[in-house]
Amino acid sequence: MSSSFSIINGVMRRDLILAFRQKAELAQPLMFVLMVVTLFPLGVGPSPELLQRIGPGIIWIAAILSGLMGMERMFRDDYHDGSTEQMLVSGMPMVLVSAAKIFCHWLVSFVPLIILTPLLAVFLNLTWDMTVALMITLLIGTPVLSMLGAIGVALTVGLRKGGLILSLLLIPVFIPLLIFATSAIESASMRLPYLPQLAIMGAILLLTAALAPVAVSYALKVSQH
Amino acid sequence: MADLIAQKLMCIKRDRVLFEALDFSLGAKQIVHLKGPNGAGKTSFLRILAGLATATEGVVKYKEKNIESAGHDFYTSTLYIGHKSGLNSALTGIENTQFWANQHGIDISQSEIIALLGMIGLAGLEDLPVAHLSAGQQRRVSLLRLWLKSQARIWLLDEPFTALDVQGVALIEKKIQEHAESGGSVLITSHQALQPHPLKSEFMLEYRF
Amino acid sequence: MWKWFSQYAKPEKAYQLCGTLFRWFWLPSLLLILVGTVWGLVFAPQDYQQGDSFRIIYIHVPSALLSMSAYVAMAVAALVGLVWQWRTAYMAMIAIAPVGAVMTFIALFTGAAWGKPMWGTWWIWDARLTSQLILLFLYLGVIALYSAFDDKQQGGKAAGIMALVGVVNIPIIHYSVEWWNTLHQGATITKFDKPSIAPEMLWPLLINLLGFALFVAAVSIKRMRNEIVRREIHRPWIKSLFLENEK
Repeated sequence: MSSSFSIINGVMRRDLILAFRQKAELAQPLMFVLMVVTLFPLGVGPSPELLQRIGPGIIWIAAILSGLMGMERMFRDDYHDGSTEQMLVSGMPMVLVSAAKIFCHWLVSFVPLIILTPLLAVFLNLTWDMTVALMITLLIGTPVLSMLGAIGVALTVGLRKGGLILSLLLIPVFIPLLIFATSAIESASMRLPYLPQLAIMGAILLLTAALAPVAVSYALKVSQH
Repeated sequence: MADLIAQKLMCIKRDRVLFEALDFSLGAKQIVHLKGPNGAGKTSFLRILAGLATATEGVVKYKEKNIESAGHDFYTSTLYIGHKSGLNSALTGIENTQFWANQHGIDISQSEIIALLGMIGLAGLEDLPVAHLSAGQQRRVSLLRLWLKSQARIWLLDEPFTALDVQGVALIEKKIQEHAESGGSVLITSHQALQPHPLKSEFMLEYRF
Repeated sequence: MWKWFSQYAKPEKAYQLCGTLFRWFWLPSLLLILVGTVWGLVFAPQDYQQGDSFRIIYIHVPSALLSMSAYVAMAVAALVGLVWQWRTAYMAMIAIAPVGAVMTFIALFTGAAWGKPMWGTWWIWDARLTSQLILLFLYLGVIALYSAFDDKQQGGKAAGIMALVGVVNIPIIHYSVEWWNTLHQGATITKFDKPSIAPEMLWPLLINLLGFALFVAAVSIKRMRNEIVRREIHRPWIKSLFLENEK
C-alpha cells in the first residue's frame, strides 16, 4: 500500500509544483468567469429579480465554459514532452496516476472558483440560501466536470487540431449536472428542501469516480498507439 | 536464451503496413543496432517492444510471457528512452530526475542526483528550469536515466545521440558497451554509425510500400 | 459458436459477411418501407383529433426508435472492439455512427414538423425533442472525434471510448431532461394524452419499423464494407479481390 501512496504523493507533488509555477494559466479561467458574469447584467439588463432568476444558471454555465478552457492543461504538456510515455513504461498503475492528476486539476482550477462564488452571487443578487446551495452544488458537481473532462482531454490529447472538439465532446455529457444543480438552487430560492437533487448529483459523482480513472488511463494508452 | 522475443509482428500505421511477419529476439550481452530508412517503422517497432503501442498482429514476450501479463516485472527490467525527452520544461533538472526516479520506484537522494548531473556535464545547471538548457543539455538530462535504473537489463533507445556533441556521444556509447558487457542487452536506433564492438550486431528494417 | 463468431475479427471474413447480409437486407427493407409508408399515408384512417397530420408518426416513430437502437449498436460494437481488440468492430462502429445521426436528425425534423400544427411552433423544449437533440450532439461528437484522427485505427479506439461514455450517459441525460421538463412545464405547453392506437393504424407503423430497421442495417453494412476496403486498400487480399472482379 505504501507504494501506491507514494505514487499518488509523487504525482500530486509534481502537478502542484507545476501549477504554482504557471500561476497565470490558473488565474485566466477565474478572470474569464468573472467577465462572463459581468457580461450578463450588461446584456439582459440590471433588473435584480431577473438576475436572481437566471443567476445560478449563468454561474454554472460560466463554470463549465471556464473549466473547458483550462481542461487541456491536465495532460497536454505531459503528452508533448513525453512524460506520459515515461509514466506508461514505468509500470505504475495508470488508474491511480489518472485519479491523482484529476484531483490535482480540481484542486487548482475549481476550488478557487468555489471560493470566488460568494462574490459572483453578490453580483447577480442571489439570496444567502441560494448562495449556499450554489456552493454546495459546485462542490459536488465540479469534480465530475474534472473527471469527465479528463476523459475528453485524454482522448483528444494527441490531436494536432484539438481545439473545439473537446467542448463538442464534453458539453452534452455535462447537461445532467447543469440541470440538477440549477434546480437545486431554484428549490433553495423558494426555501424548499433540495436534498434530492444533491443526492442525485452525489450518485453521479460516485459513478463517475468509479469509471472515469479507468477510462482516462485507457485513453492515455490509446493516445500512445 | 533471449529475454525479449517478438513473434510475427505486424504493424499498420495510418493504414500503411510498416512491417509484417517480423521475428526478432534480444538476449543478454547484445547491442543491436536497428537500422533502416526514415519511415521504415523503427520507432513504431521500438514502442511495440517497450509495451507502449500494441502490434496489429503478433506478440512480444518477456521471459516466455506476453508483456501485458508479465506487467510489472517487464516494466521494471526495461528502460525506454524515446524521441521525446520526458522532461517538463518548467521543472529543473533535479526535479525532473527526482520525479522520474520516484515514478520508476528508484530511491535516490538529491546529492546523488547532483553528483550524477555533474558527471554528465551539467555542473552548475542543476537548478535551472529545463527550458533554459540547450537541446544537447536536455538530452543529457534525459539520458541520465541510463545511470539511474540499474535493475533494467533491457535498454530500448530511440536515437539517443540526437543533439549530443562528440564527448556526449562517446560518454553514452561507453555506458552502452559497459552495460552489454555486464550482461545487459541494448536495442538502439541511430543514424550515426556505432563504434565497432564485439557484442554489436545489426538489424535492418526495410521500407515497404 | 465462439469460433464462428470470432472469425469476423478478420477483415476478409467480415467483408464477405457484409456482402452476404447486404444482399438479404436491402430489398426487403425497401419493400417494407414502401408498403408501410403508402399504407400509412394513404389508406390508414384519419385520426379523430389530429386529422391527417398524425400520419407523420409513420416516419417519426421508426426513426426516433432507430436513432436510439443505432447508438446502442454502436456502443456494443465499441465494447467488442475494446474487449477483444477487433479492428473490424471499430469499423462497424464508425459505419453505424452517421446512419444513426441521420436517423436522429430525421426524428428531430419530423418532430418539429409535427409540432407546427400541434403546438403552433416549430420548436419547443419538449423533453423528448430535447433528448433527441442531445443524442444528435453525442453522435456528432463521436463522428468528429473519429474524423479528427489521422490514424484511423487510433481514431476508432478513441471514438469507441467516447461512444461508451455516451451510452452510460444516455439514460442519465434522458431522465434528467424529462425531470427538468416536468419541473419547468408551464401552462403554455399542451400535452396530448396518448390514446391507444387503432390496429389499422398500428399495422403500417410496425411494417415501417421493421423496414427502417432493415434499412439502417443495410446502409451500415454497406458503409462498413466500404470502410474495410478503404482501410485495407494496401493489403494483398484486397488486391486479389479486385483482380478477380476485373476478370
